[in-house]
Amino acid sequence: MAGKKRIQIILKNVLAWLVSLIMLIPLALIVINAFKPDEEAMTLTLALPVNWTLANFSVVIEKGKLLMSFFNSMLYSLGATALTVLFASMAAYLMSRRNDSKFFRAIYMYLVLGIVIPINYVALMKVMQVTHLNNNRLGIILLYTALQLPFMIFLIYGFVAKVPREMDEAAVMDGCGPLRLYFSIILPLLKPAVISASVLCFLNTWNEFIMPLYFLNSTTKWPMPLAVYNFFGQYSRSWNLICADILLTCLPVIIIYIACQKYIVGGQTAGAVKG
Amino acid sequence: MKKSKVYPWYFALGALVIYTVLYVLPGIIGIGYSFTDWSSYSTELHFVGLKNFKTIFSADENYLKFIGNTLLFTVVTTALKTVLALVLALALSKNIKCKNFHRGVMYMPSVLSILIVGLVFTSILNPKNGLLNGALEAIGLESLTQKWLTNPKIAFWSVMGVDVWRGTGYIMTILIVGILSISTTYYEAASIDGATGWNKFLHITLPLLRPTLAVTIVLNVLYGLKVFDIIYVLTNGGPGHTTEVMYTAVFKQFSQGMYAIGTSISSVMFIFMVIIGFFMIKILTGEEVEE
Repeated sequence: MAGKKRIQIILKNVLAWLVSLIMLIPLALIVINAFKPDEEAMTLTLALPVNWTLANFSVVIEKGKLLMSFFNSMLYSLGATALTVLFASMAAYLMSRRNDSKFFRAIYMYLVLGIVIPINYVALMKVMQVTHLNNNRLGIILLYTALQLPFMIFLIYGFVAKVPREMDEAAVMDGCGPLRLYFSIILPLLKPAVISASVLCFLNTWNEFIMPLYFLNSTTKWPMPLAVYNFFGQYSRSWNLICADILLTCLPVIIIYIACQKYIVGGQTAGAVKG
Repeated sequence: MKKSKVYPWYFALGALVIYTVLYVLPGIIGIGYSFTDWSSYSTELHFVGLKNFKTIFSADENYLKFIGNTLLFTVVTTALKTVLALVLALALSKNIKCKNFHRGVMYMPSVLSILIVGLVFTSILNPKNGLLNGALEAIGLESLTQKWLTNPKIAFWSVMGVDVWRGTGYIMTILIVGILSISTTYYEAASIDGATGWNKFLHITLPLLRPTLAVTIVLNVLYGLKVFDIIYVLTNGGPGHTTEVMYTAVFKQFSQGMYAIGTSISSVMFIFMVIIGFFMIKILTGEEVEE
């Protein structure tokens, strides 16, 4: 019995290390090749660079117009995150507090149905043109907001129910208006959900590239992933440059992932597991 | 305390306006446009009845194949991700060293941009100098080397493989949280009764994990039906449409200015998803579970 258990533990460890290795190899490829000079990087290999170089980074920042796309990505991600979290939390709070009303339950259902229904990009273009949001930075921010509202409302809704209603009553007794009640009392109490939602929103927007593919024609407005893709088209044999470009694009994501892992996992698994 | 005063309706205004105009409205007017000959070549619109839908569901065209591919992708990736994630979740939930490292590493692909994952895999799967064929040759398995992304018989399976690589860690993480939320008293009681590990899995873990599994399956199915990025980057529907799915077809129609067919395919998806979506949302929000 003890022997069988030991074999089981060994098997478990072997499996875990094997899978972790398979997950890490592509990442190792990017990091290693980003530091290789041109002649060593005709193909992607796991061999360490013979001559380490940092030149690739300055080349891609210049040739790949990375500063511009970094600025775009930041603008879209921060803008969409701020709008999404503000509107999602207010809506989730309202609908959770008034869930005794059939009307607000129906509105909630209508909003979270967006988690499921697909976007009609073709007809969306028509809407974007009519509203003058096509090929427009504000338009992209609003699109990302629309795209993420359903899930974020769902995420925050589950959390609002845990904030006791007695808080609201006490505040109202003290003469607090609805907006002040929300911003100075409720919102601070929703902090864990708001942080999770913000981190997820930021990462999702940073990584997304379908919206710009459809709705941003001018390269100067492109976010980082699309700029990388374009760069890949032009320099498809210079893997050192592509890897440097990829590494710079992923860096913010990886930093945020390491720093906020708890919130990311918490946010993505919230609601999925019923304790 | 009057509810309508403390929780005024305009708190939902921002969300409702943005969501309705940019998400729901295109879906609805898109259905309207499906009955026209809308394209970038003409400024005039003509009513054409069901012509576009006849084209989509006609056996002479490829669209039925794209729908079939989408369904195949959904079923295969959902099944593989669920089974692999469950095995990994069981291995990584308890009694293992470095579990946080393993969990962190396995989850990481799902925070990276799909586009970037795809780019790296186009190199790894390159038949001439890619890492995968190189590794197979190095260990003497030359017979297994393939033109992973250009052989019509293999390409779709390669794409699904990359997607499973990317998505399994996320599903595993959800399942781990689910497994850890099962009270240990069940397992202790079962041990006293002399239950084996397999018995515990079959009669405790699996039934109690059922709601969580249902949620992960819904998430995988939703992802699979809407898949676009990974296929666009790896094969762009090729070789010869063998990896074409609904959303890559929509994008191609869109780029060629054939808006009517593009919006018709989207509308078929829209209506289908609104109907099944209602049940999926019930599973996601947990209304089917007695609490």
